[in-house]
Amino acid sequence: MNDDNREAGTDSTSNAAGEAGLWQRFFRPSRQRSIAFICAMGFAAGVVFWGGFNWAMEMTNTESFCLSCHEMEDNVYREYRKTIHYTNRTGVRATCPDCHVPREWGHKMVRKIQASNELLHHLLGSLDTREKFENKRLKLAKNEWKRMKRNDSRECRNCHGFDYMDLTKQENRADRRHEQALKENMTCIDCHKGIAHELPAGIEEAERELGVGVYRSASKK
Amino acid sequence: MKRTIQMIMLAANIIVMMAATGSLARGQAGGLQSLRGETPLTDTTAAPAVRKQNTSAGRFNRAYRQQPPLIPHNIEKYQINLKVNQCMRCHDWPYNVEEGAPKISETHYVDRKGVALDRVSRTRWFCTQCHVPQANARPLVDNDFESTVNVR
Repeated sequence: MNDDNREAGTDSTSNAAGEAGLWQRFFRPSRQRSIAFICAMGFAAGVVFWGGFNWAMEMTNTESFCLSCHEMEDNVYREYRKTIHYTNRTGVRATCPDCHVPREWGHKMVRKIQASNELLHHLLGSLDTREKFENKRLKLAKNEWKRMKRNDSRECRNCHGFDYMDLTKQENRADRRHEQALKENMTCIDCHKGIAHELPAGIEEAERELGVGVYRSASKK
Repeated sequence: MKRTIQMIMLAANIIVMMAATGSLARGQAGGLQSLRGETPLTDTTAAPAVRKQNTSAGRFNRAYRQQPPLIPHNIEKYQINLKVNQCMRCHDWPYNVEEGAPKISETHYVDRKGVALDRVSRTRWFCTQCHVPQANARPLVDNDFESTVNVR
């Protein structure tokens, strides 16, 4: 074979003087480094990138990140502060990601990609005043209610184990309702709307659409 | 003469003010015992203990026929604002049937001009303006108030 004798400048990936561009050098086999070295470097780079990716995911999963948008801090955060998920007897609380971002990795990634829509609207200023937010409140709330109905209130159940509720420790009304919910396979969001933020006007029509409460199917009445 | 009278009036005012200040410092104004007790006006009284609502005592009786019934259950965090009234979620028709809750009185469906409405009148929107939660609250001062049940 005359590969060893071939001049550097005779193949198509280098110019007449025999120098290859950066791009071409990248795709040529390495002359000085062993495969083991390159693999080790690749592994280390993978660790750094994967760690960095997860770090970024978790950093965008914190309450303080959510509140960096003023629309969130001025509207929903102020309402959330008056609720039981913010302050309560035991101090066990739920912050923004606990309810709005799924915990499972796959569902979380889907949500994170959907969050680019929120970023877009932040840049467009769709909700940047209180009035704009109030006008959109029902629509945004219905989105969340539909999501929770679809996934059977998965995020609520991250903390509130329905099967592990001690009904004898609850008030009479709660006891009755939770028993009924267990029997009829209801989901948390059917009744517990407005638990963390103010309820929108027009909730009756929304419940009719969702088919919850008194608007459940007639067979269950 | 006028000047003398003015001086006398001024002196009398000062004496009265000093006496009043003295009695204020003792927590009384002109000898009147108030709910403040003995704490002087310049000090802050201790806050009264938080009264927990009595949710297990059943329903308190009304003291007179027109009294708005008391709320026997916990109503913390229930939202009543211009957008929504969460009390209606159980106490308005048709929800009350399933919930087994008392339906709000028919008087609440009449607006102030006497027109009958299909929804709760906006003049009756804010329930807690009249309906208060039950609590084991002692009378602040001794009194001999009697319910009209006894005197009808």
